[in-house]
Amino acid sequence: MTELSVPPRLDLDRLIDDRRTRVIVCCGSGGVGKTTTAAAIGLRAAEHGRHVVVLTVDPARRLAQSMGLTSLDNTPRPVPLPDRAGAVNGEKTGGHNGTSGGSLHAMMLDMKRTFDEIVEAHADPDRAAQILANPFYQSLSSGFSGTQEYMAMEKLGQLRRADAWDLIVVDTPPSRSALDFLDAPQRLGRFLDGKLIRLLVVPAKVGGRAYVRMLNTGFGMVTGVLTKVLGAQVLKDVQTFVSALDTMFGGFRERADYTYQLLRAPGTAFLVVAAPEPDALREASYFVERLAQEGMPLAGLVLNRVHRSPAARLSAARSLAAAETLAADGPTAGQHALTIAALRLHAERMQLSAAERRVAEHFTTAHPHVPVAEVPAQPDDVHDLAGLGTVGDSFSTG
Amino acid sequence: MARGTPPAGAREGGDIWCAGPDSLQSVSTRDTDWEGVRLHVVTGKGGTGKTTVAGALALALASGGKRVLLMEVEGRQGIAQVFDRPPLPYEERKIAVAPDSATQPGGDVYALVADPESALQEYLEMFYNLRHAGKALTRFGVMDFATTIAPGLRDVLLTGKAAEAVRRKKSGKRVYDAVVMDAPPTGRIGRFLNVSTEVSGLARVGPIRNHADTVQRVFHSPETAVHFVSTLEEMPVQEVLDGVAELRGLPDGGIQVGGIMINMVRPTELPPAELRRVAAGSPDEYEHELALGLKAAGLDGGLRLAADLAAELTEHAVAAVGQEVQQRRLAEPGQPCYELPMIPDGMDLGGLYRLAAALRDQGAA
Repeated sequence: MTELSVPPRLDLDRLIDDRRTRVIVCCGSGGVGKTTTAAAIGLRAAEHGRHVVVLTVDPARRLAQSMGLTSLDNTPRPVPLPDRAGAVNGEKTGGHNGTSGGSLHAMMLDMKRTFDEIVEAHADPDRAAQILANPFYQSLSSGFSGTQEYMAMEKLGQLRRADAWDLIVVDTPPSRSALDFLDAPQRLGRFLDGKLIRLLVVPAKVGGRAYVRMLNTGFGMVTGVLTKVLGAQVLKDVQTFVSALDTMFGGFRERADYTYQLLRAPGTAFLVVAAPEPDALREASYFVERLAQEGMPLAGLVLNRVHRSPAARLSAARSLAAAETLAADGPTAGQHALTIAALRLHAERMQLSAAERRVAEHFTTAHPHVPVAEVPAQPDDVHDLAGLGTVGDSFSTG
Repeated sequence: MARGTPPAGAREGGDIWCAGPDSLQSVSTRDTDWEGVRLHVVTGKGGTGKTTVAGALALALASGGKRVLLMEVEGRQGIAQVFDRPPLPYEERKIAVAPDSATQPGGDVYALVADPESALQEYLEMFYNLRHAGKALTRFGVMDFATTIAPGLRDVLLTGKAAEAVRRKKSGKRVYDAVVMDAPPTGRIGRFLNVSTEVSGLARVGPIRNHADTVQRVFHSPETAVHFVSTLEEMPVQEVLDGVAELRGLPDGGIQVGGIMINMVRPTELPPAELRRVAAGSPDEYEHELALGLKAAGLDGGLRLAADLAAELTEHAVAAVGQEVQQRRLAEPGQPCYELPMIPDGMDLGGLYRLAAALRDQGAA
């Protein structure tokens, strides 16, 4: 095997046990197990005595049920900690245990509700009702691809301000790409704060006369095109919506900036989650680079669903050869059917494991200093607290 | 197997779970399950290999001298990656050739990476002759507005492009025999495809409305089918079932549900009864048997190795039994299922052609 620098090991238990860690953001592309990772981290941290709230966005149904989440209700619900042998055993957890005062809450984000609440909190009842009924608001609050990301961040900000938990674990929305999560809030902010909006709200009142004239030529054309393509009613709806919104927000961007600063603040740790597949790791690479560029604190990479073998000393080639030896021997082949199957399976797993390693090496050679934690593939879908606990046990360095 | 309403030309057979491989069909006049479908929409949960399957389907549909457009709508440059190409522009260009065989000529796959801004520019040019409007629109943030927030507008621009490609004719002939769209993930598919309703909040009358209505007609016609990609895991399977129900429940008779493509299927090494027995048992029950077998194979390592292999065997059996459950759930909607093998050494262009062949062998194309 070629000598490659082995990446430093990401010690998730240490991250969890460090009381200075207040926010853990799990991000990565879709389908890599972000939600499971976030939930497993939350459970383990609670078992280590921390007061945790897990903010999930789109959990698998059974996993959600196992945490007592039956609907999107935007309220943190207490999750009873399971009585697990591994968890209450002090030696492994450095003295903390499930009964040493830790607690776990979980909530599912309802993005529309979160948005509605912002509106209700900032506008008088009449105006709020007007905004909530506007078709543009309805589309923005439930359809806009950045809204979920934005509201996840908004909710994170709210939970942080509430200060009722000492650790918040956030699962980011299943974006088409991991980067959406960083960009969407700003995109939304930029739009709501944008030139078009400003013009639609106060087309006649901007600046000096010359400026107005210059704007009007271009603006007339723009509104002309919009009216032509969309119809005049649409433009009117937008204007109503925007002016209603404008009076209540002193600047949407300000809010976006606050959350952005929160993400950069000490106490926040980003975990990039990936599976050992080229696409997922490519996204992880982009994300790592982007976090560095934004000055956001990366704790490391969680590599989910890694296949390892307890019998790695038996190579794929030798295993296959042995299977063939048995299969070739007619009389004994039937007798050793189970062994033949086991040997073939082992060879397959070794090949898979090697392929995964090669894929992972592309990442680790490009980012040799990013600590990596491997989480073994579970034979069955993780859908209950015991399963989350098993995932959590793999965080231990021991 | 009980199928709800098999599409025209669907063949019975295969194993008890799903429509299985059928090798008796190398003749050139072959029936496929989706005769008459010209717009193939491919969706699935993130991570299930949606783009790869869309690419394989395009290749499969192209063989036999056909011309197929593979369209991407999320700006991820996934097609370029799957076909091992540099990033693609907003332009229809040939990216692959389907292999020819003794009985059939090859075919061409074209690709288009559609983004809403370019589609809007094109739309303005095409319908309003507003070639220079784009710049002004960008300057005033209208592009941002149109492509990010206007309800449904972004989607109607993208689906509109697909509908246009399906209907496009040159000297009386269809330009493309089929269009394959690598669509958004299942969670957004209903909204994405049901454009007419989505834009109704935006435009009750006017050109966009008309445009949306045309798109709506194409999508609700028998010329369109939505295929779902899944792996044999709980959540992707759940998304397929939810997605199928959503499409069937859409107004105007719903949108035609296509096939279910089960991706990354790994062969099991044990017969089903044996799998269940191993899955239900404990690894130490087999240690002794394995130890004898290993000895007979001339492997030293004794009981320790036997124990480790027994643990692997049990894990495999548990996983395989779990997959059987998921496979049965995927059969519930009564749609044809196609199995695509796991490409063990990682996906590459060769693997893509293998998946295309698997789709053809099973009658998906």
